[in-house]
Amino acid sequence: MNLKSKFTPQSWPEHPELSTAEGKNKVVGFWIFLGGETVLFATLFATFLALKNKGPSGMEFTTQNLFELPLAFIMTMLLLTSSLTSVYAMYHMKNYNFKGMQAWLAITVLLGLGFLGLEIYEFTHYVHEGFTFSQSAFGSSFYTLVGTHGLHVVIGLAWIVLLMVRNAGRGLNLYNAPKYFIASLYWHFIDVVWVFIFTVVYLMGVIK
Amino acid sequence: MSHDVHVEARSEEEYKYNRRKASQAMRNQVTVFAIMIFLTFVAFATVQAGFSAFLVVPLILLFAGVQVALQLYYFMHLSEKGTGIMQFFMYSGMIVAFTMILAFVTIIWW
Amino acid sequence: MSSTAKKKGFGATIWDYLTTVDHKKIAILYLLAGTLFFVIGGIEAMLIRIQLAKPDNDFVSAGLFNEIITMHGTTMIFLAAMPLLFAFMNAVVPLQIGARDVAFPFLNSLGFWLFFWGGIFLNLSWFLGGAPDAGWTSYASLSLASAGHGIDFYAVGLQIAGAGTLISGINFIVTIVNMRAPGMTFMRMPLMTWTTFIASALILFAFPPLTIGLFFLIFDRMFGSNFFDHTMGGNTIIWEHLFWIFGHPEVYILVLPAFGIYSEIIPVFARKRLFGYSSMVFATILIGFLGFMVWAHHMFTVGLGATANAIFAIATMAIAVPTGMKVFNWLCTMWGGSIKVTTPMLYALGFIPSFVAGGVTGVMQAAAPVDYQLHDSYFIVAHFHYVIVGGIVLALLAATHFYWPIMFNRMLNETLGKITFVFFFIGFHLTFFIQHFLGLMGMPRRVFTYLPNQGLDTFNLISTVGAFFMAIGVILLVINVIITSIKGQPCGRDPWGDGRTLEWAIPQPIPFYNFKQTPLVRGLDTFWIEKMEGNKEGMSYAEPISDIHMPNNSFIPFVMVIGLFVAGFGALYNQDADKPWSLVALIVGLAITLGAMIVRSLKDDLGYHIHKEDLLNDKGGNE
Repeated sequence: MNLKSKFTPQSWPEHPELSTAEGKNKVVGFWIFLGGETVLFATLFATFLALKNKGPSGMEFTTQNLFELPLAFIMTMLLLTSSLTSVYAMYHMKNYNFKGMQAWLAITVLLGLGFLGLEIYEFTHYVHEGFTFSQSAFGSSFYTLVGTHGLHVVIGLAWIVLLMVRNAGRGLNLYNAPKYFIASLYWHFIDVVWVFIFTVVYLMGVIK
Repeated sequence: MSHDVHVEARSEEEYKYNRRKASQAMRNQVTVFAIMIFLTFVAFATVQAGFSAFLVVPLILLFAGVQVALQLYYFMHLSEKGTGIMQFFMYSGMIVAFTMILAFVTIIWW
Repeated sequence: MSSTAKKKGFGATIWDYLTTVDHKKIAILYLLAGTLFFVIGGIEAMLIRIQLAKPDNDFVSAGLFNEIITMHGTTMIFLAAMPLLFAFMNAVVPLQIGARDVAFPFLNSLGFWLFFWGGIFLNLSWFLGGAPDAGWTSYASLSLASAGHGIDFYAVGLQIAGAGTLISGINFIVTIVNMRAPGMTFMRMPLMTWTTFIASALILFAFPPLTIGLFFLIFDRMFGSNFFDHTMGGNTIIWEHLFWIFGHPEVYILVLPAFGIYSEIIPVFARKRLFGYSSMVFATILIGFLGFMVWAHHMFTVGLGATANAIFAIATMAIAVPTGMKVFNWLCTMWGGSIKVTTPMLYALGFIPSFVAGGVTGVMQAAAPVDYQLHDSYFIVAHFHYVIVGGIVLALLAATHFYWPIMFNRMLNETLGKITFVFFFIGFHLTFFIQHFLGLMGMPRRVFTYLPNQGLDTFNLISTVGAFFMAIGVILLVINVIITSIKGQPCGRDPWGDGRTLEWAIPQPIPFYNFKQTPLVRGLDTFWIEKMEGNKEGMSYAEPISDIHMPNNSFIPFVMVIGLFVAGFGALYNQDADKPWSLVALIVGLAITLGAMIVRSLKDDLGYHIHKEDLLNDKGGNE
């Protein structure tokens, strides 16, 4: 039995991501990395909260007149749904259903792309209104916080796509199962951060 | 050494039991998802309805906390056994994060 | 690879080290690179002391002096102290817990090369238009106003090096969580492993704020953002918070492994088990936790308000409690022991009073009103040098002597080692003790000169003389290392005679797979237990001899880092209109890094096996 052996659904272990030493290391290591990411995003949130609505004297942009809730709501729904679809993908991974997993991951990627498209639309919209990265401290901190999250979405999408392409011909084995698993952890974490972004940046931003 | 692959052969019965358990767990995940969608919806609705900020802000922060807990414990499987060390590091990170945010909203001013 | 020849050519050795993923070789790389930067930082320190030896000196100009103090601090903290500690962690921790390697050997190599090229990047600033000159803290208003590219080198260089540190930190945590041998429970782990674990956790949480702070600085200076510019709504205090949220835990990242080193040395040479093991562990965790709650004591004079100052003052004083526990535990370990005064033990003995002195002045500054008087004076300089030199550098020197047999199968010369200690220790106190009084007399830190006849002349001269004593000590150590490399004889297993933990039980030279059979750990100080029971092999085993799985060497980490190094230059010169090549460098560099990452992802890297038959032949797999 080695890392590249083929399995049947019956011989496939219940926790394929934890069946090898490498897999255990990857999963624990990735969770610890997420602990660090928590602090990283906290830093960005803290800076945003400190610099919210701060700019050169007479700046007309505030969170109240800038943000639009319907757009944020649609983005939230897209990302939340993509979180569920990646849960489905992992469900099929544990059942040794490679095709099912790839299909659900493809849906996840599409939803993620939709989210990304809306975010790009939102940013270009703000830039056209004159609210840019260098226009004010508010702008800098907003684009850095939401942009870093957007960058994570890009990385997550690239990661999942790369995994899907590289393993398309190889199928599931104990070498790549942990890779799929931590990619899905990353995707959930992106959603976790977004929950705080829509709450703290958008919802708390528009409250009068 | 631990680098070897340990795979136990499962009996037909065991396999079927596990499959049933997994699909049961998947149904739970969908329920969790429904709760998250509901919480999101309520959060947006209370803000749109224009209630007092003193009511809305704690409420939506609470909802965000619940949603994140659901994500971590169900979608990311932190509720399973053997995740103690991961929880330890996540909670430590959250303590540092909380301290930092508290400091930035209280002792940074002009 | 498994098929390396016994006697290798020079080129093959270089290639081996460029591609190695073996923690023992990476430890040697850290030691070499850390020593290089330690010497550079030391030369900068000597230039500072020469400039300040007499009043109205013009040995260096004011601007150059600023660059020297900035680079001295930055180099010593990021590029000397941390890598040297990483060297000993890498060399010792996997052996102590009975592991064949770290959890992620590939990332271990990546972490080293990130640190190394980040450090080179930072130091290249000397030749490319001037070094950073805003102090190692690089406070934002000052660093935004600094002309030239010095600060850009600081920000980009530390960004690269910091990424390496973060990767190494995660690697150590996972290694300690997942790779312990059977029987090695958490409460049987040697203190060096415990302190590495906690220090790595601090790295995990402290480096992200630094990363973000540096990004803000890079964005403000290079890409037109306004985080720190108050005319655009920014706030310069944010940098100070971010820097110290990183910077204070950083002190504990450095000092906890140093504590771990002393906690290994003292029981060995007192020939007694460590007093209060569990309270030592508890104190380590508590220091790590409190380390995150005290950063604003660096900012008492900013004007945070009386409430904030009071909270942070009390939290700071609280750290003295677990630290005091540790000091008493060390003393009680020695009490009644049959002490053998070797060179490492001498350093440990010298450490305790020196560090206590540094700790006491720390508690003095924790009182906010007193800090208003002491802030930015030489008292502060004296304090943190007592902590860092008296605590960490003495630990590094002690560990150099103590662990040299493990890393190189040679003993450093003991007599020369003791002479080194005398010079270094006397020089250290001569340099820094007097600086307390300079500070109390009102000499501000970071000034490039002072006027004569203000009562500062003699004390500054004494301080400079002390610095030369320290330099002599370091030179003696280097001579010692050279002599040992040329003339030293293999010293074999457990050369100190009283090793207690697993790393001393392994036959020398340590095979590249560390343990032929995974050991079974039967208690705290497992090697000591086996020795007391007359086990000649020094280990009980948890498994029969079987095939060993090993990771492949890889050149990819090096390529990834070179890509980032090139991209760093691109980002740095991007703001200059006259350097259109910078954008090309940025894109090409990032493309190299991404390409290397994609290659790494697409290729299966399954490692290889050392077969049981090879392990059983005479050479034990060392072909």
